[in-house]
Amino acid sequence: MPERIALTINGRQWETSEGTTIAAAIMNTEAACRTSVTGEERGPLCGMGICFECRAIVNGVPHQRTCQMLCQDGMDVTTQ
Amino acid sequence: MKLSYDAVVIGAGIVGAACACELARAGMRMAIVEAQIIGGGATAAGMGHIVVMDDSPAQLALTQYSQSLWNELASQLPPNVEYDRCGTLWIAADDDEMQEVHRKQAVYAAAHVSTEILDAKALAEAEPNLRRPLAGALFVPSDAVIYPPCAAMYLVECAKQAGATLYLERAVAKAGKGRLVFSDGTEIFAASIIHATGASASRLMPHLPVRKRKGHLVITDRYPGFVRHQLVELGYLKSAHSTSSDSVAFNVQPRRTGQLLIGSSRQYNNEGTGVDQNILGAMLARAFDYIPSLQGLSSIRVWTGFRAATPDKLPLIGPTEDASVFLATGHEGLGITTSLATARLLTDHLLDRTPAISLAPYLPERFACEAAHA
Ligand SMILES: Cc1cc2nc3c(=O)[nH]c(=O)nc-3n(C[C@H](O)[C@H](O)[C@H](O)COP(=O)(O)OP(=O)(O)OC[C@H]3O[C@@H](n4cnc5c(N)ncnc54)[C@H](O)[C@@H]3O)c2cc1C
Ligand code: FES
Repeated sequence: MPERIALTINGRQWETSEGTTIAAAIMNTEAACRTSVTGEERGPLCGMGICFECRAIVNGVPHQRTCQMLCQDGMDVTTQ
Repeated sequence: MKLSYDAVVIGAGIVGAACACELARAGMRMAIVEAQIIGGGATAAGMGHIVVMDDSPAQLALTQYSQSLWNELASQLPPNVEYDRCGTLWIAADDDEMQEVHRKQAVYAAAHVSTEILDAKALAEAEPNLRRPLAGALFVPSDAVIYPPCAAMYLVECAKQAGATLYLERAVAKAGKGRLVFSDGTEIFAASIIHATGASASRLMPHLPVRKRKGHLVITDRYPGFVRHQLVELGYLKSAHSTSSDSVAFNVQPRRTGQLLIGSSRQYNNEGTGVDQNILGAMLARAFDYIPSLQGLSSIRVWTGFRAATPDKLPLIGPTEDASVFLATGHEGLGITTSLATARLLTDHLLDRTPAISLAPYLPERFACEAAHA
């Protein structure tokens, strides 16, 4: 059994299994990673760090490519 | 069929676009010719800071007059021009530069530009991300920021609405004596031909004293509120003044989108469009020195552009030896600011109207002797 990991996404406590990308965890909450300049919802597209569509605020740092980062215990993620 | 106009502008950068708009609105039968895309030259590479500068009395007169024309136009600009009167903070790092703040304030006051002096504490409150301590700053609230390529597009659109014809993706190979020849050999004719070809001006007119001065800019991702005013170090004056060596200066601009533009660099004798890692590194180090936390932001693009530099840092506006040929180039690092005044002064000259400020300091004839000996 993989380890369970607890993190906060948009102020709510979530559990996920080890090895989950933050982008996937955000999708599981049914939130968009970010909102575009024109107000459109955006989420992961390429999944490999190229398109920048999956950016979100991770531990207070904005514009992190969440498809390239794994969830860790105690993380604080906010969509932007 | 022989196509002929009252005036033809070569180049649809912000300067040519402004000239075409002004001349068309004055009732001239106009055309504007652009080899590539509208506003795709230096106009797309620049920062879009509409700034009053006081390197010389003539520069002060032109930038101030032009800024007043931007103020008049501001309410008509479409949203994509992103006009934002955020003001400039001229940053003084030490007491020496604080002296310069006072000198500058006196010059601006004499020209009726109102300013405010910020001490170290007021500056830290105005811009919390600046390093501390700094000595203070001169705040010029009337300075603004625009997105230049969209401004050029708007001005070309205004010119078209006033009846002007746009020749797009047509390069002029030869122009003079009332005749323009395109690179495909076709011709048009004009009583007045206005060269607004920016840094490539000397390609059509080899004797012009216009040199390319390369600049680099970096743009970041969106960090709204990180910087609130256009920030320029007063040491910038040393950089802009030097006429020979490469130089960098701290110059950061907040965009409406929340992005930050980071400049600036100045280089002669580097005419390739590629990014020069050495000067880019020096430019960023300078910016990090003033705003250490910039290092934690992500940049998304770097690009270069060419300013059209003249020996005395003033543009070339007005008639030439060929009675049909007029110049509107050589705007160096201020062409976004001074485009509207250039267009108005040139139109005043062509229509024999009395200008609001004297055209004399910008007349190309001031270099006539040098050109003859070149
Ligand atoms: C890094 C950098 C930062 C800057 N920051 C600022 C700033 O903050 N504020 C400010 O006021 N200014 C700034 N400037 C300066 C400003 O960008 C320029 O002065 C201004 O854009 C010049 O406009 P232009 O229309 O003369 O030239 P350009 O925009 O270069 O336009 C010339 C046009 O002519 C066309 N052309 C040339 N030859 C031909 C031909 N033979 N036939 C047909 N078309 C032709 C070109 O394709 C081009 O579109 C900056 C410049 C740089 C490089
Ligand atoms: S999904 Fe494309 S960069 Fe993350």
